[in-house]
Amino acid sequence: MTAAERLKDAIMAAGVAALLALPLIGFETVDTGGPLGIKTRFDYIAYAAIAVFLGRLGMRIALDWRRNYRESLADKLDPVDAVKHKSVLSDLGRKADKWLMPALIGFAIIMPFLPFANRTVIDLGTVVLIYVMLGWGLNIVVGLAGLLDLGYVAFYAVGAYTFALLSMHFGFGFWETLPLAGLLAATFGVVLGFPVLRLRGDYLAIVTLGFGEIIRVILLNWQPVTGGPAGISGIPRPSFFGFPFAADPPEGTTSFHQLFGLEFASLHRIIFLYYLILALALITNIFTMRIRKLPVGRAWEALREDEIACTALGINPTNTKLTAFAIGAMFGGFAGSFFAARQGFISPESFSFIESAVILAIVVLGGMGSQAGIVLAAAFLTLLPEVAREFSLFRMLAFGAAMVLIMVWRPQGLLAHREPTMRLHPAGTKPGGGTP
Amino acid sequence: MTQPLLRVEHLTMRFGGLIAVNDVSFDAHEGQITAVIGPNGAGKTTVFNCIAGFYKPTVGRLTLTRNATPYLLERMPGNDIAGKARVARTFQNIRLFPKMTVLENLIVAQHNKLMRASGFTLLGLFGWPGYGKAEAEAVDLARYWLDRTNLTDVADEVAGSLPYGGQRRLEIARAMCTEPVLLCLDEPAAGLNPRESADLNTLLRFIRDEHKTGVLLIEHDMSVVMQISDHVIVLDYGRKIADGTPDVVRNDPKVIAAYLGEPEDSAAVQGVV
Repeated sequence: MTAAERLKDAIMAAGVAALLALPLIGFETVDTGGPLGIKTRFDYIAYAAIAVFLGRLGMRIALDWRRNYRESLADKLDPVDAVKHKSVLSDLGRKADKWLMPALIGFAIIMPFLPFANRTVIDLGTVVLIYVMLGWGLNIVVGLAGLLDLGYVAFYAVGAYTFALLSMHFGFGFWETLPLAGLLAATFGVVLGFPVLRLRGDYLAIVTLGFGEIIRVILLNWQPVTGGPAGISGIPRPSFFGFPFAADPPEGTTSFHQLFGLEFASLHRIIFLYYLILALALITNIFTMRIRKLPVGRAWEALREDEIACTALGINPTNTKLTAFAIGAMFGGFAGSFFAARQGFISPESFSFIESAVILAIVVLGGMGSQAGIVLAAAFLTLLPEVAREFSLFRMLAFGAAMVLIMVWRPQGLLAHREPTMRLHPAGTKPGGGTP
Repeated sequence: MTQPLLRVEHLTMRFGGLIAVNDVSFDAHEGQITAVIGPNGAGKTTVFNCIAGFYKPTVGRLTLTRNATPYLLERMPGNDIAGKARVARTFQNIRLFPKMTVLENLIVAQHNKLMRASGFTLLGLFGWPGYGKAEAEAVDLARYWLDRTNLTDVADEVAGSLPYGGQRRLEIARAMCTEPVLLCLDEPAAGLNPRESADLNTLLRFIRDEHKTGVLLIEHDMSVVMQISDHVIVLDYGRKIADGTPDVVRNDPKVIAAYLGEPEDSAAVQGVV
């Protein structure tokens, strides 16, 4: 593009911006006591047009520069190397399984003892890990089995309410309730799975969306059991395997700080909760990694690729789909009961559709099926609103813009790389020459 | 005479007012290649879809005999036809698992066997050694078919990246990994060049002779059909018009008429003769 063309392009963009800015920011309504008055502020339109003009010009120059750079690179390199240089991130995706995950796990383990770790940071870490776990759970359904589920938060809610009700009314502890919550959520997964077995893609998404809403509406209206909109409060906090986190433990029990001879600090519980969700999330991850290499995991992936071919190979699609729904739901249930135990208070508000959408966004942004990508996406999507808290009015705007940018830049997700579940030739060794 | 491997009796398939297959009966035998041919729209693929359980026939009986046990295919769901009666099929438009590797495609084909070996996932999850052994055996079987189909070198490539001929061969290898007694191939030579067609003939003969697998074949490529078939069935407008060895079928006037059209005065000619 020549300089004149760039200039023309930038002027056009500025013109469009001015036109758009006229109704959007050109007028301001002012309170004049009686009816609303209108004040014009044409100077703002000029600023907008100038900003767009400079921005567009800069963008054009940058794009041209990048293209020239790539062309010069392509001249120097032979085609094989050029492919390697094409994207740093796709290469990162390939390496992610090797070093990124251990690095992330290592960081997560030492995080509470790093100098910057205060209560806020650890709390934030806990929230990120809840979403990581939910993302990994949903990844089984969406990423592996390819069943688009927009109502995943329903299972999270089932887990949370199971924990709350069992511990409030029957005095069950955290560790007794956890498997029950998982089991109940898995049952709900099967209940949802049965009617939607024939559906795929968009249709499945709509039905699961409806299921998520049904659960939320039941929670909202079944006052005697769920407490309706007021929710359930005063849920007992989890103890350290029977040793409570309390400054003055009740008669006859030893509290956590006495057990280890520490000074009492409320941070102990926060750190314990952090490690608890870290352990739960890691169990989810290990489970997923293992099950991918088992026949049922391969059948999920095969089902995602081609259901008809699966049937022709003797795979029962009904059972395969139901196990995916049930196991995905089970991890949602685990995360839900942790959530209830951590918050001590739950209400239907925490389980709205937007939560499902965020969890799905984490899976899609991370790169379907990529475990490390989901960690990055979960961190990004939960930390971004925290960082943008100061511009709270524009929070959702920033959120949306970031999503659009990622999808334009990497439509297949941040780290989209599928590691084969088995190899005939060990990794790294290339068999000679290809087919004769 | 022993029971044929597959006996199709009075198979009729209606779609609303359209009769796609009309009262077709034939047998397919173990260790034989049976070809089903006919002009486009003759109902060949519909017959296949009935055998493989994708359609439920309107009328008719499909009996598969394996180890002297009869399986009534028209009453079984599609996945049992593949899993229990051991009928494997390939598709006219290739249906692989494109994002999985070649080897994984072949391992997925051995799902039911491995599922039992992994204790329906529970034992496998905890690294039960019996599962490791079963998996190694599954890989051996996969490697056997990879060697036969010339795909060993690309075993770790993504199936979708294979060239067309490779995908066709992989689909046959995948079907054979289910250890079928009857292999149904829907136009396996479509889109292959003459050399690849010749290789396909060799592969199908090998499957017939070494594994005693019955092969049922839909094909338009007459060089494939006439060279390797033991038995040819010709369909036209949903009816069977000829049945016999390739030589008999080749010279059957009804078959020639169906493919080339009848001469204007054929009725008169027949009247004279």
